[in-house]
Amino acid sequence: MKILKKIAHFYYEGFRQMTWGKSLWVIILIKLFVMFFVLKLFFFPDLLKQNFKTDKERGDYVIENLTNIK
Amino acid sequence: MNELLDLSLVDWSRAQFALTAMYHWLFVPLTLGITFILAIMETIYVKTGNPEWKKITKFWMKVFGINFAIGVATGIILEFEFGTNWSTYSWFVGDIFGAPLAIEGIMAFFMESTFIAVMFFGWEKVSKRFHLVSTWLTALGANLSALWILVANGWMQFPVGMQFNPDTARNEMVNFWDVFLSPVATSKFLHTIFSGFELASIFVIGISAWYILKKREVIFARKSILVSAVFGLISSVFVIGFGHFSTQQVAYHQPMKLAAMEGLYQGKNGPGLIAMGVLSTKQSDPEYKQLKNFLFRVEIPRGLSLLAYFNTTQFMPGIKDLLNGNSEHNILSAPEKIVRGKEAIQLLKDYKMALDNGNADEATQLRAKFMSDDFQKNYFKYFGYGYLKSPTDLIPSIPMVFYSFRIMVMLGTYFVFFFLFAFLWVTRGTLDKKKWFLRLAIITMPLAYIASMSGWTLAEVGRQPWVIQDLLPTVAAVSHINASAVQVTFWLFAFVFTLLLIAEVKIMAKQIKIGPKDGGH
Repeated sequence: MKILKKIAHFYYEGFRQMTWGKSLWVIILIKLFVMFFVLKLFFFPDLLKQNFKTDKERGDYVIENLTNIK
Repeated sequence: MNELLDLSLVDWSRAQFALTAMYHWLFVPLTLGITFILAIMETIYVKTGNPEWKKITKFWMKVFGINFAIGVATGIILEFEFGTNWSTYSWFVGDIFGAPLAIEGIMAFFMESTFIAVMFFGWEKVSKRFHLVSTWLTALGANLSALWILVANGWMQFPVGMQFNPDTARNEMVNFWDVFLSPVATSKFLHTIFSGFELASIFVIGISAWYILKKREVIFARKSILVSAVFGLISSVFVIGFGHFSTQQVAYHQPMKLAAMEGLYQGKNGPGLIAMGVLSTKQSDPEYKQLKNFLFRVEIPRGLSLLAYFNTTQFMPGIKDLLNGNSEHNILSAPEKIVRGKEAIQLLKDYKMALDNGNADEATQLRAKFMSDDFQKNYFKYFGYGYLKSPTDLIPSIPMVFYSFRIMVMLGTYFVFFFLFAFLWVTRGTLDKKKWFLRLAIITMPLAYIASMSGWTLAEVGRQPWVIQDLLPTVAAVSHINASAVQVTFWLFAFVFTLLLIAEVKIMAKQIKIGPKDGGH
């Protein structure tokens, strides 16, 4: 428990004493927000996961795509 | 399917993936190399106790921090693209990527989040030795992350250690070590990380040269140049060595890429290496539109044979041999491979139909045929060829492959001399007087990025039309989505990534202007 507290304090103090690093964290957080809450949600759905319920259906769909050539 | 597929969808999907990968790669190589440079600098500090080395280490750590923060997680977007734009591909690769990428995720998370924190926050809070170990482990962690990604990429260039399952349409890993220790993956990893070390060394030398030109932080700059010049020089020897190893792998496993790299149309024994050359823009060969003659070329006799095969008389197939076949050298023609690929696709279709119609006996027989060694070796091996319209689809863009190879090699050769002279002059104490070289060092920084990008262009454009060599062409790997949606995300990314790049350059430039101070983080 004491060790965990020490580790938590280490990270807390480290972040608190940041100077130029704070602006980098702002950039990282904005970036992660844009990626996961904008891009992933609205622009990049996982098509096979979203459109089919089981792996069997997904496999069948892919085989259909792979074999349906003229 | 292919007839109906909007070709602009394939092109836009490729363009979007290339754009994302290239922006991602702007940040990665510096991370790979600079972590080792600052680990070396910190080792000198711990060994000597000289506080100047601590100041140097902290400054380059700050530069690393900025690059890492801006570049972090850019690669995740590539995974989003797999699920949306390349869903057939991401399903088809099956569990081959699962293991390496999961290991990468776990290792990167634990190693980087733990040891980077100690590296940045722990200067006065942990012992010098523990801090140093954390810095080295951060460097190792960053490079091990690259290992798993490059193992996955190596598999796409040379698929081994797997078995295709016709029930699930997925490739299942049967031998992890074949995938992990594949010579293509090994050479790709080593060539790539050492080129990242070179790029980081050039970056450090370039910024340090700027300080010397400005007559600021001269001692700091000289020491930084000394470490980077040695590190860069050693790395450049490995880059050349593993580049050679990589070329050999291309010769064995991707002969069309090698033929395109050399603009070699007709196979020959003991081919020369084109040191310099300009391709003609005339459509001189009406049969194959992509084939071009040279306006001029400077050739090293038998050089390619020696480079690729360690032998001066080895036969190397040209593009025409690979398309038309060459019975003397046991090369199957492209039309024959296309026929075999179509047979593999047809058998998969028949098997699926038998299953759907409830013909269990027929399905069992077809499955047994599909999985037989003979069929796997002689037909499934060419599965991807069945999607090609014409043998000429097999030719990658020759100008892109030819020139990117030469840009990479020429710059790589130049970097050896660059490091050598930087080392010689900084050890002799004459570097400050060579203003032209200091200016050249600044100009060399973007050249290092150009060399790195050229390497990837060669590797990825050179393997077209394949997403997975011989098994899955780009046209069959893409998802059937609206091309305009891909266009929108292309431009969106171009905008967002450019903003990020501007942000990085601005933050970096500001911190470089402030210079090394023994301050916080």
